[in-house]
Amino acid sequence: MKGEKIDPRFKIAHREALIGVGLVIFNFIWWFGFAYGLGGQSPDSYTYVFGLPAWFFYSCVLGFIIMAVLVTVIVKFWFVDVSFDEEGGDHS
Amino acid sequence: MNWAVIIPLFVFLVVIFGIGFWASKFVRSSDSFLSEYFLGGRELGGFILAMTMIATYGSASSFIGGPGVAYTQGFGWVLLSMSQVATGYFVLMILGKKFAIMARRYNAVTLIDFLKGRYNNSKWVVLISALSIIIFLFSAMAAQWVGGARLIESLTGISYLGALFIFAVSVLIYVIIGGFRAVALTDTVQGVVMFLGTLILLIAVIIAGGGITNIMDGLRAENPNLITPYGFDGNLSAAYVSSFWVLVGVGVVGLPQVTVRAMSYKNSQAMHRALIIGTIVVGFIMLNMHLIGVFARPILPGIEVGDKVMPLIALEVLPAWVAGIVLAAPMAAIMSTVDSLLLLVSSSVVKDVYLNYIEPKASNQKVKKLSITVTAILGILVFLMALDPPNLLIWLNLFAFGGLEAAFIWPVVLGLYWNRGNKHGALASMLIGILSYILFHNFYPSAFGMHTVVLPIVLSFFAFIAVSLLTKDANEAEGSNFENLERSI
Repeated sequence: MKGEKIDPRFKIAHREALIGVGLVIFNFIWWFGFAYGLGGQSPDSYTYVFGLPAWFFYSCVLGFIIMAVLVTVIVKFWFVDVSFDEEGGDHS
Repeated sequence: MNWAVIIPLFVFLVVIFGIGFWASKFVRSSDSFLSEYFLGGRELGGFILAMTMIATYGSASSFIGGPGVAYTQGFGWVLLSMSQVATGYFVLMILGKKFAIMARRYNAVTLIDFLKGRYNNSKWVVLISALSIIIFLFSAMAAQWVGGARLIESLTGISYLGALFIFAVSVLIYVIIGGFRAVALTDTVQGVVMFLGTLILLIAVIIAGGGITNIMDGLRAENPNLITPYGFDGNLSAAYVSSFWVLVGVGVVGLPQVTVRAMSYKNSQAMHRALIIGTIVVGFIMLNMHLIGVFARPILPGIEVGDKVMPLIALEVLPAWVAGIVLAAPMAAIMSTVDSLLLLVSSSVVKDVYLNYIEPKASNQKVKKLSITVTAILGILVFLMALDPPNLLIWLNLFAFGGLEAAFIWPVVLGLYWNRGNKHGALASMLIGILSYILFHNFYPSAFGMHTVVLPIVLSFFAFIAVSLLTKDANEAEGSNFENLERSI
């Protein structure tokens, strides 16, 4: 295997898979941190954002919006178009 | 009978039929029947890809059951459901381009074709995976049919038998004649119905409840635990809720009905678009749908059966004909799940077992006849099972999703990204995944406070790695298949 040329499309695919892993870890930390960091106190001391408990708003509503924006930006700017067919190769 | 509810449901069914007939044109004219019937000719665009993934995945359990549990548990369950946002991007990014390229190289039409190509035509890998797909997904499908029929029964007042019949006939016809293309297109319509249905209902619920602040006051007055992340009795632990990131988040990568979609798209632009649309739509549907369940509580307190929350709240806060449209959404969710399962089980029987081991040289005409016949027979079998579900089937359904995830996640993911992985590792991983799932479920459920699925996935990971490394020498020659392919360009 060493020194052999691997399909350049696979390098792109591997990088994008790693981005996926990175995104899910970030997503989880954000979700967990706000939910149990803010939501762990007694409900009497909760604050509210748009009527929703603050922990929920930041963890689930804002967290979802941030993930949607992140995915959009990352896909638009860092994901590379490749051909899936054998003769095609990388035409970026 | 409530005609204002029935008419929109009926219109919805007619539209679905129309799509089935339209798609059947492609099945008739295609020169590659198998690829068209089971994979839509690998022509899916981004929007349809995103919608079919979400719709297949968002089944009866999440659509009817989810809001019901959220009604009981409060915000803790909405938090849990939001772990599914990850499926919107994770599955397509992980399988992504490599899976699409390899699937084309192996000329794979099913997940098992891919495994067969990757693991050197290993007969045992093919047979065990085909068997687990057929057994587990058949049971899952029957359970969904029961759900679909009960829903029609509760909405329209038609008897269970009649409801089951309507449901079965509508799904069977469009799947049998239209194949994967019909399934994906109807999924898209169903996904749009789900998206709009939950949005309309959420807005109506908030208005009926006098605004979010008012609803929150009602929840806090009834039981302050409802607005914490810990469930109504404080028993939803952080470990348990987090473990759903495995079951309904990242583990979904291993579900055959999801992976097959990752080989159906036309090109990488379609995949990119599906990533963005999928993330937004799945998060939106999950958030809205579960919030509806929680917000319904102060408006309609005291509903005993969770599954009735969604229909009852819709009828309470919406005009009847709008409720009919909105309630087409859960029906859409169930139909779009069973249609994919039906086609998948049928493809396992025809493509993975029959064509591989019984009659490899069957003519195109024969394959066509066989595929349609098998799909129809399976559908009729499910119908008969759903009439009076046997206990074994209910028992098997419990393992369907977690068991399949534990079986397939590593043979697929490590098969793609780890060259050393071999067929012995894959076999060990599948067997340990399924067996340990069944054992844990029966003898040590929710180990360490997490969902049962977590440990079997960990065990099957180590089984794959250990066995692949141990059998390295014996497999060197065979393993070169994959590496040669990698090098060949």
